[in-house]
Amino acid sequence: MSDIPPGGKPIPIEVIEESLYEVRRKIYPRSVTGLFARWRLILVFATQLLFYGLPWVSWNGRQAVLFDLIQRKFYIFGVVLWPQDVIYLTLLLILSALALFLFTAIAGRLFCGYACPQTVYTEIFMWIERKVEGDRFARIRLDGEEWPWGFRKWRLKITKHFLWLLIAFWTGFTFIGYFTPISTLGSALIHLSLGPWQTFWLCFYAFATWGNAGFMREQVCKYMCPYARFQSVMVDKDTFLVTYDKVRGEPRGSRSKSADHESLGLGDCVDCSICVQVCPTGIDIRDGLQYMCIGCGACIDACDQVMEKVDYPKGLIRYTTERAIEDRESNQSAIRHILRPRVLIYTAFITVLTAAFLVSLATRNPLRVDVMRDRGALAREVEGVRIENIYRIQIMNASENNMNVQVKALGLDGLKVLNSQGQVVTEIEVAPASNLLMPIKVSAETGVNQPGNYPIHFDVIAHEMSGDELITRKRDEKSSFIIPR
Amino acid sequence: MSDFFNGGWSDYIALVSLVGIVWCIWLLASQRKAKVVHTADGAVADTGHVWDGDLRELNNPLPRWWAWMYLIFCVFALVYLVLFPGLGSFPGVLGYTTDGSLMKSMTTANEELKPVYAKYVTMDIEQVAADPKAREMGQRLFLNSCAQCHGSDAGGAKGFPNLTDGDWLYGGSPENIKTTLINGRAGVMPPFPQLDSKQIVDVANYVRSLSGLPADDLKAARGSEVYKSNCAACHGPEGKGNIALGAPNLTDKTWLYGGSEATIIETVTKGRMAMMPSQDKVLSPEKIHLLAAYVWGLSNSKQPATAK
Repeated sequence: MSDIPPGGKPIPIEVIEESLYEVRRKIYPRSVTGLFARWRLILVFATQLLFYGLPWVSWNGRQAVLFDLIQRKFYIFGVVLWPQDVIYLTLLLILSALALFLFTAIAGRLFCGYACPQTVYTEIFMWIERKVEGDRFARIRLDGEEWPWGFRKWRLKITKHFLWLLIAFWTGFTFIGYFTPISTLGSALIHLSLGPWQTFWLCFYAFATWGNAGFMREQVCKYMCPYARFQSVMVDKDTFLVTYDKVRGEPRGSRSKSADHESLGLGDCVDCSICVQVCPTGIDIRDGLQYMCIGCGACIDACDQVMEKVDYPKGLIRYTTERAIEDRESNQSAIRHILRPRVLIYTAFITVLTAAFLVSLATRNPLRVDVMRDRGALAREVEGVRIENIYRIQIMNASENNMNVQVKALGLDGLKVLNSQGQVVTEIEVAPASNLLMPIKVSAETGVNQPGNYPIHFDVIAHEMSGDELITRKRDEKSSFIIPR
Repeated sequence: MSDFFNGGWSDYIALVSLVGIVWCIWLLASQRKAKVVHTADGAVADTGHVWDGDLRELNNPLPRWWAWMYLIFCVFALVYLVLFPGLGSFPGVLGYTTDGSLMKSMTTANEELKPVYAKYVTMDIEQVAADPKAREMGQRLFLNSCAQCHGSDAGGAKGFPNLTDGDWLYGGSPENIKTTLINGRAGVMPPFPQLDSKQIVDVANYVRSLSGLPADDLKAARGSEVYKSNCAACHGPEGKGNIALGAPNLTDKTWLYGGSEATIIETVTKGRMAMMPSQDKVLSPEKIHLLAAYVWGLSNSKQPATAK
């Protein structure tokens, strides 16, 4: 930090000695209104409408989004994902990570400030806290010496926690509703007939919500969240960050509104400390970029209001880049630096992966086939007329319609596919969202081919009726056919 | 291995575990007096380590919740070592073993499955074989426990009987099949070192002629004498076999090891040892009941026994 400005108010600094354990100083963020606060409110509503609403949406007579862990099937609107589709989860995680990198490269901790569940629930909980206990100073007074534990204090605290727990339990309930159908869960809750695990997870997530959003708050962002630690390597000189323009602001100090502050040798910062009061992580943005800053923009809104009052231009604290501050560039020229290699590469990756993701999801084949050779016997000779090889074929129908499946063995002349009874397999019916395991024999005539190991492949064709439309699915599964000596 | 687990080792390992935990607690306690000094401008002091010219390692105090969590985990470790095995050879006061835990879950699983099997245990094999659900369960059991030898389609292989053709070495009644499953079978064809190679070729031709396979008439005629004195005791005077011994019928088209002259010569010369393992200790009686029904149904059921 710079030296204490002449005529400015010095920030009192004691040389503090502390033990190993840092005691958390509770943060009482002051409420804030403005552009970024409004954006955050919009995102709180958008994310929570999605989260709380999605389990109640129906699709084809079932819950639209349901992750059925016991049946190991994930229903997402028209798509049913099986354990074999785990690659999509991988892609989704990679995409999420890349999106995070991209946003961070462009504008720092956008996710943290506006969309992270920790921020969103803290925001909801703080709103309740404000409605019940009042704003920053009222809350500080309530927790302070002025208000010993009496009827009013108990009433406010109990009301607050009751409302918090209500939301926390609703959150836990919604969360479990993604894993067991929420309507049956609701009736089970009303009749108090939840299973032991459901009860446990309900309480667990409720407790986690209540603890994280009610008590831990900024400590999650400061001490627990790994993103806070590695975001610093993803920002550069052209990243838009919540920045205090110290060139404009320093030396800071209070002044009367009529005074010409330039002749007093003061910068634009009136040292009202509102930016510190509104900060949910309790930092002073005027100390420069810190890892605790979650980029929520509360200090921008607060400072702009003050600047308006004292008739100074807005934007003493603003989203801007390190380069713009150093070179005194306008934001317009800083915006031109957005399209830099880092951002373009992230964008290219995201575009390619998203396209790959969507294409593979759209062309996903719900017919899956596995063929396993019997390992006990390589081959069998039947009455000197034919050679049989035995396989187990597993046909998985991952669609939501019936499938009629035909199996052919190709690769050697005259291969026939027989069932255990030795009848030629014509058509196998596989029920929707089920799989079928059947032993099959493949037979070839003796004396036609030399002894040896021949690569063959199973051509599996399935017909499903989707509505009035007949869809044909194909799979080709490699195996081998052995003709003994 | 047992040398490794004599008393000394156990005590040594227990000591290392405990010293480790105590050291962790001491490490935290030893830092309690560490003072953090804020420099004059309010920043936290750093450790003096600097990278890239401006990247400093701060010397921040630990958050209190973190320190508490650390201590709680130390206590957890101690409690765990008292309750569970982990401290050398001390078995833990709960007496937990992975083996015991497996046995417990097996018992639980069997208890849970009891009602599933209950309705079939009281039924006759023939009735069970007619029940599609039981057949499905039977097939799964078969694929797990029997298909390794008899093939997934139960069609057998060289030396392993085909279970679908209605031809039985030890009889095909439900009781016979169940006995086979429970006690296992040992099919022994003794070698015949007392026969010279000419006699063996003769008897092989005779045996081929029994089931109508092409054979040398002269050799077969000579072989019939050899057969009477050496083979008829088990395979019967007409070669019809004997289900009490598991001696195969030599007059049908079914060959366990093959019906070529060379194979029969090998069989007579060296003998054959066949082994069906006993399932008594492996599978529960309920499962054996289901399996017997499934196997019986393979050659007796009118309905196809495929998975549907």
